[in-house]
Amino acid sequence: MSVVSAPERTEAVTVSSVVGNEPILEVKGLKMYFPISEGVVFTRKVAEVKAVDGISFHIRKGETFGLVGESGCGKTTTGRCILQLEQATEGQIFFDGVNIAELDRRELSALRQKIQVIFQDPYSSLNPRMKIGEIIGEPMRVHGIEPDADKRHARVAELLSICGLDPKFADRYPHEMSGGQRQRVGIGRALALNPEFIICDEPVSALDVSIQAQVINLLEDLRDEFGLTYLFIAHDLSVVRHLCHRVAVMYLGKIVELAECDELYDNPIHPYTQALLAAVPVPDPEIESKREHKVMKGEVPSPINPPSGCVFHPRCPLAVEGCRSVVPELREIKPGHWVACTEV
Amino acid sequence: MAAPDIQIDSRLEDLAERPPLGVIAADLVRRQPLGAAGLFIVLVMIFMAVFADFLTSYDPELNAFEDMHIAPGAEHYLGTDQFGRDILSRIIYGAQTALIIGFVAAFIGATLGLVLGVSSAYFGGRFDLIFQRVMDVFMAFPLIILALALVAIFGQKVENDVLLVIIAITIPFVPNCARVVRSSALAIREMPYIDAARALGYSHARIILCHMVPNVMAPYLIMVTAFVGQAILLEASLSYLGLGVQEPTAAWGLMLQGGAEEYAESAPWIAVFPGLAITFAVFGFNLFGDALRDVLDPKLRRR
Repeated sequence: MSVVSAPERTEAVTVSSVVGNEPILEVKGLKMYFPISEGVVFTRKVAEVKAVDGISFHIRKGETFGLVGESGCGKTTTGRCILQLEQATEGQIFFDGVNIAELDRRELSALRQKIQVIFQDPYSSLNPRMKIGEIIGEPMRVHGIEPDADKRHARVAELLSICGLDPKFADRYPHEMSGGQRQRVGIGRALALNPEFIICDEPVSALDVSIQAQVINLLEDLRDEFGLTYLFIAHDLSVVRHLCHRVAVMYLGKIVELAECDELYDNPIHPYTQALLAAVPVPDPEIESKREHKVMKGEVPSPINPPSGCVFHPRCPLAVEGCRSVVPELREIKPGHWVACTEV
Repeated sequence: MAAPDIQIDSRLEDLAERPPLGVIAADLVRRQPLGAAGLFIVLVMIFMAVFADFLTSYDPELNAFEDMHIAPGAEHYLGTDQFGRDILSRIIYGAQTALIIGFVAAFIGATLGLVLGVSSAYFGGRFDLIFQRVMDVFMAFPLIILALALVAIFGQKVENDVLLVIIAITIPFVPNCARVVRSSALAIREMPYIDAARALGYSHARIILCHMVPNVMAPYLIMVTAFVGQAILLEASLSYLGLGVQEPTAAWGLMLQGGAEEYAESAPWIAVFPGLAITFAVFGFNLFGDALRDVLDPKLRRR
């Protein structure tokens, strides 16, 4: 197994002043293997999907941390582990210094008020049988934040207007709204419990480009207004660059590169990050047609049976014989710039 | 001057918003002719049951030995049975028995199945596996056999015959409904709004009852209507076998028993009319249930 050392806290380099230094969330050696079992009565494990294979990172208070990578690389699973929707196979997750896997039910309930989530698909993330007002008001009622019905309605109206929706929408059902409006409802629901930390799981991927910008701006405004910390999971690199302070690039369940946002985009070191960034089209047809396109060879290998050594070696232009056997550790190449590659 | 205008306006709005009942009925007949027929039979049955006292001029339970075996005619429209009781009256009052047992058993059985099926899907894993195997055991027996066994088990303890029949019919329905509902609930469990509910720290009970159950109402409603028809048939079977509703209560299955068999040749009306009543009732509920499924299930809509 790879031993990925947690990147130590680097001195704040170019991060904006709102970002504190103390980590709000720390993930250490997180592994999430999904068993593939056979048989009904005598089940036995025949294989495992290594969705997340030993990743470590921390997120500072007030920071927006981007997690990028292509489909199936384990970004969403990482988010689900932090939310305790999945029980991690190995590794620890610390929130405010507390290991969240060790909490009892009451403590976990209290923690859930602090960590919230915004989902990718605005169509299936809202219960179709509930009115918008109920969807946003329910968390407050359950956690006893606003037991008084009138005050709760007022708070729902306030949240709706914070999210750029008419408070009258409280009486509507999700199917009566557009995708962008629903996503705003999803954001309102996440804000209902006054969380400190929000996991945004591809919150704009399912939206129109014009609506994407609005939702991104809303997320930015909310972050600045309420001092929120985001884990921003995405595959749209331009959105991540706009929003995030630091970015980690994942490939096949592992973090291959982690750096300050601008540093990563201007100066990618890992060959996978370079290929990923080169694949972003330039929004100018003339430059785009003349640009040299580097197409990565091969497909993403199966996470059931990942390549030995460095998981990227079958597709890597820099690969040498040693990459087949040596698992590269994440090491700090420049201050705050971590890369898992032996050849750079 | 303003007041009458407002009245007219609001009336116009009402007309615009809601089509009159006749239009809705005509639409239903055109789209779902069989379903409309089923609904009609069901409504007639409910009408008979509710207004039984006003529709009959004879006591359904009073023996009149001077009026035995009278053929259908002007005095007794459907004739009298071997105790001289008016058969039409007994059929009308029998609708009460059938509907009470049918609705109560179908509703309780399907609702228990709903909650158990959704819970099984929600918790999954070992609980789901064991629960489903237990349900398999129940489903291995035909409904009537299971109902007979339950009458044998509870017969000593439960004094009230109607209550006993309801218990005996309700329990076999539970696994049937649980199975169907579970398969729908499995799809609901994977929806992001269930993940959202878990991330918001809702209790299992709240997620099951407030977030999953409302989303599996379509199969549940279909099961309830189908179960009413089955329950009426089961009640008739149990009563016919002498294990269900007891004399002198008016029940259709009971009317087929005893004298009806004995006088099948000399006085066939004693058996024919309650038999037809059972047939129509089951037919009506099944047609209505099928139509309801077509309307509620978008996959089957307008093929």
